[in-house]
Amino acid sequence: MTDVGRMQAEVLAQSPPRPQVQVVPVRGLPIVAVVVAFVIAAIAGNWLWALVFCHVVGGALWTAIDLFVGLIVGPILGRLSIPARAEFTARFMPKMVLLMPTLVLMTLAAGFQLALREGNLLASSPNHVWLIVSFCVVGVMAVIALGVLEPANIAVLVEMRKQVPDGEVIGLLMKRFVYTAGITGLMQVATLIIMTRVATQ
Amino acid sequence: MSDLASVTGAPAAAGRRLPPVAGLGIGSLALVVIGGILLASYVPRRPPLAVPGTLAAVSGALLLAGVFLLSRLEQFAWPRFFVVFRWALLAYVISAGMIGFAFVRDHTRGAPLALVLVMLVIFALDVPLIIAFTVARYSSPPYSAD
Repeated sequence: MTDVGRMQAEVLAQSPPRPQVQVVPVRGLPIVAVVVAFVIAAIAGNWLWALVFCHVVGGALWTAIDLFVGLIVGPILGRLSIPARAEFTARFMPKMVLLMPTLVLMTLAAGFQLALREGNLLASSPNHVWLIVSFCVVGVMAVIALGVLEPANIAVLVEMRKQVPDGEVIGLLMKRFVYTAGITGLMQVATLIIMTRVATQ
Repeated sequence: MSDLASVTGAPAAAGRRLPPVAGLGIGSLALVVIGGILLASYVPRRPPLAVPGTLAAVSGALLLAGVFLLSRLEQFAWPRFFVVFRWALLAYVISAGMIGFAFVRDHTRGAPLALVLVMLVIFALDVPLIIAFTVARYSSPPYSAD
């Protein structure tokens, strides 16, 4: 074996095996189905406890994960070594593909029904203006998340499934993912202010 | 070549000019979201429909413009586009269905409900289009197909 060949073999032996990337973790789908069915039942029954549960638990997880990923994980990810970054991405992103849309759906659907049930959407309610502001904040987040963040997330996963992933493409899309996660994380701070305001009026 | 590319050994992804399908989709999505906020802000009253209707019409036009530009592409990873589009469409039809269900459940009827449904159809087409285009563009020449 030549020196170059021996070095290549050593590098391959030392590098961790590429994790199998699954774009949508199929095992998580039944859990998503249960959550969606629960939200539908809560709305259909106008069931106060279930609506509050879905809205508060979904909202708390959505906000916390957004802030944690955007402000803590993102900057750390940017400083990791390339193989570590690739391995983390392969294991982390598929979970986000299922988790975040489910939390968003749970929070918004239950929240809207709850606002209606409690009369907070009425123009005469002191919370009306705050809710409209929160719609606007959520609207901006929705456009960023659905138009930029999620497509980048899925494109990274598809790229990583290729036999020879293009690192430049992954780097470009991950940068987009981290920046937009940071922006939505900061917008979550506005949501926290609005929601605590609504709850204490 | 970026540090990531140098490690994976993949060729540098030279830029390829593609029509602004994702940009048009995001614009369309933004208009539908604004229209939705306007409608939702009037619940449970009957909302005025002129502004949300105009927003929905412009949004639909942007979506159609994106689809038209996309349909003219020749060197494009169409199989990958359709696989991603199909699954994303399924997910967002469920999502849009839930939003529609909430409006029906809350006794939205007549023209406001029709407008909401039109907006939801645009929403359910916009997001899969953006996702599938973003994925397929990096699987199209000069990018590696697989």
